[in-house]
Amino acid sequence: MTILVLTEHDNATLNGATLNTVTAAAAISIFTGSEIHLLVVGHNAQAVAEAATKIAGVSRVLLADAPHLSDGLAENVEGTVLNLAKNYSHILFPATAYGKNVAPRIAAKLDVAQISDITAVDDSNTFARPIYAGNAIATVQSTDTIKVITVRSTGFDAAAFDAGGATIDRIDVAPDAKTSQFLSREVTKLNRPELTGASVIVSGGRGLGSGENYRKVLEPLADKLGGALGASRAAVDAGFVPNDYQVGQTGKIVAPRLYVAVGISGAIQHLAGMKDSKVIVAVNKDPEAPIFSVADYGVVNDLFTTVPELVSLLP
Amino acid sequence: MRVIVAVKRVIDYNVKARVKSDGTGIDLANVKMSMNPFDEIAVEEAVRLKEAGVATEVVVVSAGVAQCQETLRTALAMGADRAILIESNEELQPLAVAKLLKAVVEREQPQLILLGKQAIDDDSNQTGQMLAALAGLPQATFASKLVVSDGRAIVSREVDGGAETLSLTLPAVVTTDLRLNEPRYVTLPNIMKAKKKPMDTVKPEVLNVDVTPRLKTLKVQEPAKRSAGVIVPDVKTLVEKLKGEAKVL
Repeated sequence: MTILVLTEHDNATLNGATLNTVTAAAAISIFTGSEIHLLVVGHNAQAVAEAATKIAGVSRVLLADAPHLSDGLAENVEGTVLNLAKNYSHILFPATAYGKNVAPRIAAKLDVAQISDITAVDDSNTFARPIYAGNAIATVQSTDTIKVITVRSTGFDAAAFDAGGATIDRIDVAPDAKTSQFLSREVTKLNRPELTGASVIVSGGRGLGSGENYRKVLEPLADKLGGALGASRAAVDAGFVPNDYQVGQTGKIVAPRLYVAVGISGAIQHLAGMKDSKVIVAVNKDPEAPIFSVADYGVVNDLFTTVPELVSLLP
Repeated sequence: MRVIVAVKRVIDYNVKARVKSDGTGIDLANVKMSMNPFDEIAVEEAVRLKEAGVATEVVVVSAGVAQCQETLRTALAMGADRAILIESNEELQPLAVAKLLKAVVEREQPQLILLGKQAIDDDSNQTGQMLAALAGLPQATFASKLVVSDGRAIVSREVDGGAETLSLTLPAVVTTDLRLNEPRYVTLPNIMKAKKKPMDTVKPEVLNVDVTPRLKTLKVQEPAKRSAGVIVPDVKTLVEKLKGEAKVL
């Protein structure tokens, strides 16, 4: 049997989480010897399909291209994936907003359990996944014939993106379900790396006091480090920054090379989103703040003097 | 317009989950249980729709052990009109819950079904989408804004890198994100009133749903502990450590 990976993209470029999902597929194929196919569902997405052929380990790229597939509406993606599903033993999605939206519909229609957010592959039926905000890791075994899986990208390295040589095949598209309609998209303008893919993240919490302080204190540091900006739920709830800055159990799960937590106390649900970072630095004036229990380096001092000093001392 | 809200009884948001020493699961004995926070937001949204005159009746549904009645009473105290408990002592996985909810939806014929986007115990993020697929309904997950008018739901949803807005034909399934609203506190008079509101109990067998778990949990472990590092005396030392020891600069 074969493994299918759903490609996340914006019809022009491939989203990086797809590469981590292919690595998870490759980990399964060690046990099954299966080929890995990629499915691109979109509109005018030929460039995405061509990029997908370059991913190491992928033997075939399937392209479902139609106007009603342009915006990734779950109802429409469902039909096209279901047309193919019976040919596959495993169907993998990145555990992104896109993958989480679509995957359970496929699982339900196939009458199989979904295995969400896997972080490790034990064998072709057995997977590890975090539960309770990452406070526990469950090892679960599926008895279903088709496994529908979402893959947490921080659990797997990105597949190489220069090898490959897969073929592209256009496939049939299921008709428009016509029950949902895409109206608009408001993309947060960023002149920085995207949070989930960034190798350095500077994150701020309630300790910053205001949105103005957040920008004044953290932007120079993020600029100097070439990093993305993130925030705790407290900072988002207080309106310092928009929703999509939130790192945590219910926000974004990140694992950068360097995570700098400024004025973040370290609530369980925030730690769940960043504790897999390679190096964590915490700046907080409260020595009892839980963030110090996961930080590699802590500075117990006022953030308003510490961060500017750090900016001035950085190369 | 009838609105159905699905609610789950989970470990309280402020309680730290502890793994059982035999590795079979999470220790829930004598642990405070509450309504899943995202479901609370879903109840609040439904009650607001009723207060705005858009919804005529709010029905809350929970699946699980008898104690889920407490969770349903909380929802009734928030302003829901009646409750349905699908009582089962089995471990109910998302696919089973979606099937149970589909059976309730067929009986109740709601125009809108609201659920939290994920439960904070198993963190699956599946039930709403599964229900939508099984019932053949459109969905909007991770909603941050909901407007219902002229037989449609206009929903803003939180996606990676921003937000998008969809228009769904009703009936539809909407799952809630944190920013949709801030749930109200329940007041004592409302708790008293909630005691008199109707609550039905049904069994999965009556709904003709096989709830046998499909995923077997082999073990549950503590995550690899991240050991606390060092507190550095000053910023200069921090920069030296980041360069030399950690090699991230």
